[in-house]
Amino acid sequence: MSSSRPGNVGIVIVSHSPKIAEGAADMVRQMVGDAVPLAWTGGDVDGGLGTNVAGILEAIETAWSPAGVAILVDLGGAETNSEMAVEMLAEDRRSRVLVCNAPVVEGAVIAATESSGGSPLAAVKRSAEEFYA
Amino acid sequence: MHDANANRAAQSFALLTASAVLVNPVGLHARPSVKLTQCAKGFAARIEIALAADGPWTDAKSPVKVMRVKAPQGATLHFRISGPDGEAALAAMLALVHDGFGEA
Repeated sequence: MSSSRPGNVGIVIVSHSPKIAEGAADMVRQMVGDAVPLAWTGGDVDGGLGTNVAGILEAIETAWSPAGVAILVDLGGAETNSEMAVEMLAEDRRSRVLVCNAPVVEGAVIAATESSGGSPLAAVKRSAEEFYA
Repeated sequence: MHDANANRAAQSFALLTASAVLVNPVGLHARPSVKLTQCAKGFAARIEIALAADGPWTDAKSPVKVMRVKAPQGATLHFRISGPDGEAALAAMLALVHDGFGEA
């Protein structure tokens, strides 16, 4: 459980604030460990608060896993830009990336916990979304 | 007939129960919950936890549900386990609790 396994679902954290995204990623690493591919992105292209599609695409690439990638987002633009990034992926990858309807910090930790146990993408998403259930 | 066979297979594993007192300072908060679910997911057995011997029982493989138990320090955590690797699972779960989830 100490090194990242390619079979585990990757986790991408997207926040308007790079500090929140990085902090959430820190929490995942410390609480869940290194068994899950993980990447974060935050801020607009000018370094202000916001999100950008290129940054999200890069994060998806970094956290890519054959098992797929679960994206955790904060507000509005983070979700629409993430959906846009998914649309821009190669067709064979598009169906293996899901945006979760879950709080960004808690959802990231729970999704990563689920992924670290080898669960498939749908189960990872479902578990993260249990926070709103 | 298929169902009958499945039932027989499920019943051939004894239901194992045991309990342990939570010794780590903040009880079953976020980090220990994650460790508990990760450990539970390593076994095929069905693993459930509860704060009382008669339940209600919570699936130990669900991180969200385990956190919702909000078990405080000093609480007794009950385990109910059934499956082919049930004994190993029970030993691992009890070791985790006794060890204070590595943070005692």
